[in-house]
Amino acid sequence: MSTVLVLAVTGLGLGALYFLIASGLSLIFGLMHVLNFAHGALLAVGAYLGWWVASHLDVAAGLRLLVAAAVGAVTAAALAALLELGLVRRLYQREIAQVLVTVGVGLALVALLQGIWGSDPKTYPVPHWMVETTTVGGAAIPHGRLVTIAVGLVVLGLFVLFLRRTRFGLVVRAGVENRAMVTALGIDVRRAFTLVFALGGAAAGLAGALAGAYFGSVTPQLGSSLLIYAFIVVVIGGLGSVTGSAIAAVLVGLLQQFTNYYAASGIGDLSVVLLLAVVLLVRPQGLLGRPV
Amino acid sequence: MRIPRLLGWAPGVVVVVLLALLPWSALDVPGVLPGPLDSPGTLQVLAVCLVFAGLALSYDVLFGFTGLLSFGHALYFAVGVYVTAIALTRWHWALLPSAGLALGCGLVVAALVGAVSLRVRGIAFAMVTLAFAQAGSVLVVQDPLAVTGGEQGLGLDVGKVPDAFIGVLNTRNLYWLALALAVVVFLVVRLVTTSPAGHVWAAIRENEQRVTVLGLRSYPFKLIAFVVASTLATLCGVVYVLVVGGASVGVTTADFTLSLLVMVVLGGSGVRWGAMLGGFVYMLLDQRLGSLAGVGGVAALPGVLRVPLSQPLFLLGVLFVLVVMFLPGGLASLVRIRRTRRARDLPRRPLPEAEGV
Amino acid sequence: MNHILSLADVSVQVAGSRILHDVSFTVADRGVTALLGRNGVGKTSTLLAVMGLLPRTGTITFAGRRIDRTLTHRIVQAGIGYVPEDREVFAGLSVAENLRLAERDDRPRYDLVDELFPDLLGRRRQLAGTLSGGQQQMLSLGRVLLADNELLLVDEPTKGLAPQVVKQVAVALARIAQHTPVLLVEQNLAVVQRLARHAVVLNQGRVVHDGDARELLADAALTQRLLGVSSGEAAAR
Repeated sequence: MSTVLVLAVTGLGLGALYFLIASGLSLIFGLMHVLNFAHGALLAVGAYLGWWVASHLDVAAGLRLLVAAAVGAVTAAALAALLELGLVRRLYQREIAQVLVTVGVGLALVALLQGIWGSDPKTYPVPHWMVETTTVGGAAIPHGRLVTIAVGLVVLGLFVLFLRRTRFGLVVRAGVENRAMVTALGIDVRRAFTLVFALGGAAAGLAGALAGAYFGSVTPQLGSSLLIYAFIVVVIGGLGSVTGSAIAAVLVGLLQQFTNYYAASGIGDLSVVLLLAVVLLVRPQGLLGRPV
Repeated sequence: MRIPRLLGWAPGVVVVVLLALLPWSALDVPGVLPGPLDSPGTLQVLAVCLVFAGLALSYDVLFGFTGLLSFGHALYFAVGVYVTAIALTRWHWALLPSAGLALGCGLVVAALVGAVSLRVRGIAFAMVTLAFAQAGSVLVVQDPLAVTGGEQGLGLDVGKVPDAFIGVLNTRNLYWLALALAVVVFLVVRLVTTSPAGHVWAAIRENEQRVTVLGLRSYPFKLIAFVVASTLATLCGVVYVLVVGGASVGVTTADFTLSLLVMVVLGGSGVRWGAMLGGFVYMLLDQRLGSLAGVGGVAALPGVLRVPLSQPLFLLGVLFVLVVMFLPGGLASLVRIRRTRRARDLPRRPLPEAEGV
Repeated sequence: MNHILSLADVSVQVAGSRILHDVSFTVADRGVTALLGRNGVGKTSTLLAVMGLLPRTGTITFAGRRIDRTLTHRIVQAGIGYVPEDREVFAGLSVAENLRLAERDDRPRYDLVDELFPDLLGRRRQLAGTLSGGQQQMLSLGRVLLADNELLLVDEPTKGLAPQVVKQVAVALARIAQHTPVLLVEQNLAVVQRLARHAVVLNQGRVVHDGDARELLADAALTQRLLGVSSGEAAAR
């Protein structure tokens, strides 16, 4: 029983990370039809800045983490907005070109990080209490996992609030459904594009800062390995649906953990891939996406 | 008219002949190449570039000629690399049977994966190909049968490799092998893209719906393109593992396929020699830009400039972005050759931009 | 009578085929101008071209300003309301949210919407996707009434609706047309008969007739030739 609990919490923690990355990706694709390959790089930027801040700030461990996460998120958001305004926007109507530009920027950004900090893993100063565990039902649950899950839930809540209660959120929801009609109502969707890019970037940066604490170290490749699973989560959940991503992230995280443990290491990753293939062939729009 | 046709072949033949004669030249291109043209180091670098010229072209059959965006092309290259390496090193097979096995595996895997993936289109198709490639990557890394060497990779046991390909002095033979590969890939691709099937591919790329309206089913044609492209990639993998002497997990990643995408767009997708040029130039830059940092002038630059310049992928990424923004036809569009419109220009509308369609 | 909208030599090309060929006509600043023609002649494409939703060449002038080089959302902000074919309400949003999205000024005319479409009043929280066809059409029309638009482009508002509902829509349109000029694409000739002053007929992307609507419909032979049906048949649809 305790094993199941630990696996479940680990799976949910991982799922929360995937969700943070996937939420932005999903909105960006749903609204703008752009596969943002720079997202992984934005995550890495968040991770490195978070690490750098956490290593150099001399305050209480908890506060350090908070500031690190904030700096990571804000920087990634700013970079994302720049990317959209400077490059993606100029390629309106050339959707493949937009994807390619994000690929190029992603490559360049990761290379830059590697140039500045090298490719060896940097150890993250994880606060003591994150490594400590609380015993629940006979299982030792690390606090770090719980923090990640909590952040994931908070971000989910913020996204839902944004989408349901603000005018920009309304524009985004409508735009995901029918972009042309939104412009036909006199609304400049391009501002929503930049905002969505920035929000997605913020979530990715936040995920990066958290991932550093979660895995205990940061490398320039941190983004690419997580990005693939994030894409899978986005597709399973349904392009354009934040709630879909949340559900899919939970599914994927849990599936990965349980299968890796009970079957063999690596089978979990394979089963996630299998799940994606099955979903795409049976229900291409994903769990909560619009019918293709 | 036969004469103009033969003249069309002339530039290509000249290039191939020049490349074949390269190993007898002691020409030195400092900075760009690690040594004179006849040195093993340089020949090795150029051999890798040639392999990737072929690999990039194989990818372009899908992307530039048929309009299929695949994120899983690395899988077939990896099959070529790993199956050959495993057969040679673990099972001690001879070279030809190993290569044959690799090609066979590549063909079968491509047919299966293609049959499944092509049932969906667009982003869904891209994602399914990504998924299968990722599965392959996981299998290689996790190494359930203990054959791939996992994260460490697999060094090639040259016991069964013909003597002609072993040894530093014989690097030139590997170079010629790579050149032969590039030529073979080019000829095969030229054959299929100018065949009736190739015309259907071009039609599918432009407007898939119209193809169906004409009474043709696009699925079988796409599948053929997929299998041809993938098997060619496998062939490239077989030669690659000989050239570099081993297999490593880097060839199984999604990032690897993305770099193929960069190569073909850089060189000019939809133009055969363009894609090859892209592959060649990319690998040359990738292998050589690293030493740019050591070159006198650059090492003296302030950190802010030196750091980005010392990272080949940074320069490539920036170059790629510039090409996508301002030169959508790739390097090939810089050379004005009068040709019937084949190049897959990332679309520029002739009429004023309209928003929101 | 002045012209609120004028098209001069407007052409549209999509995926290699020409859809509109040098289309030229004007829309009066009062009443309903009907845009007629068989299926597939380019009526919807004409509206899309005015809205900037399709790449077009030629000159399009609205209230004295050229809009053929303008982005769609600016065209709408200049005062053109668009009611697309098949309504295109946002199914995942509620009625209230659909309307709120369309608000442009400080004082949106909810009074007008409530007066013309009382049926929507009690359905504010209902998801637009669950509305009936007729109710969706009301919503689609209501959207363009909230802001002060100087011209409305309405595309086949009675398509697929029951006769009773067709009547309601026609009545609403008549009321709307009293203070806002409308360019109406419509296949139902009885509705056209009732509402339109002026008629422009398209065939294969070109203008083939441009004149008084009543005169056109009174001429059975002409109607038959241009539109393929008699006025009576079309009304029964």
